[in-house]
Amino acid sequence: MTPETLEPGIDLATRTEALESLMLERGLADPGTISTFIGIYETKVGPMNGAKVVARAWTDPAYKERLLADGTAAIAELGFKGPQGEHMVVLENTPQVHNVVVCTLCSCYPWPVLGLPPAWYKDSAYRSRVVREPRAVLAEWGTELAPDVEVRVHDSSSEVRYLVLPERPAGTDDLSADELAALVTRDAMVGVTKVAAG
Amino acid sequence: MTVTLPELDVDGPAAPPRSNGELVFAEPWEGRAFGLVMTLVDGGVLAYEDFRQALVQRITAWEAAPPAGETWSYYRCWLQALEQVLAERALVTPDDVDARARAFAQRPAGHDHADHGHDHDH
Repeated sequence: MTPETLEPGIDLATRTEALESLMLERGLADPGTISTFIGIYETKVGPMNGAKVVARAWTDPAYKERLLADGTAAIAELGFKGPQGEHMVVLENTPQVHNVVVCTLCSCYPWPVLGLPPAWYKDSAYRSRVVREPRAVLAEWGTELAPDVEVRVHDSSSEVRYLVLPERPAGTDDLSADELAALVTRDAMVGVTKVAAG
Repeated sequence: MTVTLPELDVDGPAAPPRSNGELVFAEPWEGRAFGLVMTLVDGGVLAYEDFRQALVQRITAWEAAPPAGETWSYYRCWLQALEQVLAERALVTPDDVDARARAFAQRPAGHDHADHGHDHDH
């Protein structure tokens, strides 16, 4: 029996448990490491990391320059690195250019700054449509762009992982970096939405 | 089949982790499947890129011809890709997984995972 023809009565949870028990027996994994990785991605790594990067870039021009020149190094300055963050490219949204990120083949995503991808990012509808009709998809997210704004769609299906640096919303001049970080959403850092002033 | 799920504590200290309002893993087995791959990559058994290639194959195959009656599950593809790379490396064969899963499926309700493989004095 191949994995694509799961036996009736054996659900995916049971099959996962079976695989895990075989891997443990054969010394391929240990339970502590498995749980550690789950815990890290459930609680420690997530969009709040990317939000700190964005807020720093908004408040520190020298950092922003480093971030756009070498995303991996500038993100690592804040302590965010690890699997799927080895080749980071930061895309700056401006009044003229709106960047949006997709992985057309699977679900490549910048884990150290955004955590694991949400369901919609992994869904075939988003993966195929955002390339074909990005403005329509963005409009469904409530992101209406003027006709003269250039939309750039970036496919992550290589080693590169992208983080969108959204536009800083108007009326936030008095906010601290921490207050700004609280405004920055995961969706804005993928590029499907903009950041609102709160 | 009717499945009764426990009520989740959505606000308190036992609240499941969320990412912008969404559970990181919809079901516990998804987290285990994720953790297994990361452990193999971390231990040098597997290169993540090799796993990703298998994952792409599984997703592409599913989308080209979704099996009748099956709804989309990203982590099903993930699990299948993991099985595929382990089989390709002759580390765990599909027959091994079938046999073990069948044995697990026949456990009586209320079994205790921690007791598996242990003898009891009483």
